[in-house]
Amino acid sequence: MPWTKLQIEREEPAFDENEGQNVRKLSYGEALREALDQALERDPRVYAMGQGVDDPGGMFGSTLDLHKKYGSDRVFDTPLSEEAMIGMAIGSAMVGLRPVSIHNRPDFLMMAMDQIVNAAAKWSYMFAGQVPIPLVIRACVGRGWGSAAQHSQALQGLFVHVPGLKVVMPSTAYDAKGLLINSIADNNPVLFFEQRWLYKHKSHVPEHVYAVPFGEAVVKRPGKDVTILGVSHMVIEALRAADELAAKGIEAEVIDARTLIPFDEQTLLSSLAKTGRLIVADLACKTGGFSAEVLATVSEKGLHSLKKSPVRVAFPDVPTPASFVLEEAYYPGVPDIVRAAETLMV
Amino acid sequence: MDHTIPREVLFDMYRRLYLIRQVELKIEEHYHEDEMKTPVHLALGQEAVAVGICIHLTQEDYIFSNHRSHAHYLAKGGDLKAMMAELYCKETGCSRGRGGSMHLIDVSIGHLGSSSMVGGSIPHAVGAAFAIQYKTEDRLAVSFFGDAASEQGVFYESMSWAKKKKLPVIFVCENNEYSVCSHISARQPLIPIAQRAQAFDIPSETIDGMNLLTVYDRMCQATDYVRSGQGPYFLECRVQRWRGHAGSGDPSKEKYRRPAELQEDFLRDPLRDYEGYVAAAEGVKKEDLKTMQDKINAQIEEAFRFAKESPLPKKEELTKYLFS
Repeated sequence: MPWTKLQIEREEPAFDENEGQNVRKLSYGEALREALDQALERDPRVYAMGQGVDDPGGMFGSTLDLHKKYGSDRVFDTPLSEEAMIGMAIGSAMVGLRPVSIHNRPDFLMMAMDQIVNAAAKWSYMFAGQVPIPLVIRACVGRGWGSAAQHSQALQGLFVHVPGLKVVMPSTAYDAKGLLINSIADNNPVLFFEQRWLYKHKSHVPEHVYAVPFGEAVVKRPGKDVTILGVSHMVIEALRAADELAAKGIEAEVIDARTLIPFDEQTLLSSLAKTGRLIVADLACKTGGFSAEVLATVSEKGLHSLKKSPVRVAFPDVPTPASFVLEEAYYPGVPDIVRAAETLMV
Repeated sequence: MDHTIPREVLFDMYRRLYLIRQVELKIEEHYHEDEMKTPVHLALGQEAVAVGICIHLTQEDYIFSNHRSHAHYLAKGGDLKAMMAELYCKETGCSRGRGGSMHLIDVSIGHLGSSSMVGGSIPHAVGAAFAIQYKTEDRLAVSFFGDAASEQGVFYESMSWAKKKKLPVIFVCENNEYSVCSHISARQPLIPIAQRAQAFDIPSETIDGMNLLTVYDRMCQATDYVRSGQGPYFLECRVQRWRGHAGSGDPSKEKYRRPAELQEDFLRDPLRDYEGYVAAAEGVKKEDLKTMQDKINAQIEEAFRFAKESPLPKKEELTKYLFS
């Protein structure tokens, strides 16, 4: 069994968003595959490319065998030339195609920063909207099995800082499909970040084509005592923490940000008006990232709601270590969120 | 060399060459007024490349340009008024005053926006070529870049992919030997840039970019090759940048140019040479060229007037166009 899969089997508990319901369910990876399949089916302008998209694993299953269905002209492997390939995708988008550029890890996008930041993000504005860039860049945040400093980074905060990019981070299989459909349908560059440990999770995923809109956070669990705003896998951790907190008499409201750009401030501020307490559970290092942006927004627009100083649960500001002992110390999770909530309730 | 260039093509090339020269001189003449508040990178001296390349392209073909963008835009047939208005950063500019001199665009003639990141537009041309192949269209894409772009990794990555997919793209390197004030000999081993394309088995040649007839002739060869579906082609055009990197004149030339370049007879003039050729062609009268010149000069006057009189962008529309 591939090594990361082994660790995920052991360490990531099962998650079924619709447990006990007799409905059609897909895993996160299957939902991504279905979204891409349906987009390829419906729109001949859509194509998908990336290192290993047509390999036996099919990018953790999310592109599995699509090259057989649509041919290697539309679903194809790419060289390790991230800068040229994303530039190529941008050029093709300028003349009407709708590329989906798939990357095993966000770390690898660093080679393509010129094209993402200086071209994709700028074209609409710089040329007054005459040439849209409908481009989706998918990348899967890694974790565990000693993946270490160059295969585990969650770098979405870098892109949040650049005007002209949309940044999407689904936490469930349902949202993975709906947000990927919406990303492909959008006429702008979208950075779509997944997280490796989410791939085994299941949700009810309708078979039909549906889009989850950008800029709409979702309350995953209502509560009156403390608001936990989660991002990606940290939403799942927040839901687990909320179960533990409920047993201790603390009712946590869990919100999934879903899209970081655009960000749904209103859902967060409304929740804070009710709870007065905030934990931001981010899937990233703390300094200068999305969690900082959320707190800045709250201090500008929701300070009057706060009963206590907000708390961030985030990765420490160091590179990801390899040793499993240090990995355990590195990744925050349920105990950190529970502890933060208890502190806020004192 | 094929000397049987049809008369209308001879005239058309002259029209484009003269237009670019006069526009650039006019920009230089007015630049000190500080009304064009955008860095300009004049193509003076390098005009023949843009003309000799674009004369072989149709409106269906795509070009991708760089910071030294004026000549490419005009040679391809970009709207002159919209370009001048852009240089004056007006709402009527081709990029509505959001782009400036380095970011020209005219979608109607296959110019999808120039990039000022050196080497940054090379993969865009490859991507457009990919789309042409994907849609089985009968077009080609041209990438214009300078010698310094050959120092970027994306240059090699783009050639590799273009060759692998046999994409209909022509790489046109305008080698003027200078990146701002840095001479090429300080920046890279002096292996001809065209030779690097041969490492990817892309046919390539180094040509005299100061001679319009040479560029015309070699581009003819290049388009035949690419349009017949054989894959990419590479032209390295040796040119002289008459002015400094940006702005008007070349005020610090004594401080960075090599002594030989400062000699009075060093600079060649592609317009003068070509004008001599056209004037000597059979059946061409001196009045023909004069009529053309007068017409072009009137167009330029009109474009400058339009640009100066046009409205500026509205401050309340600062965030417009962030997303499409």
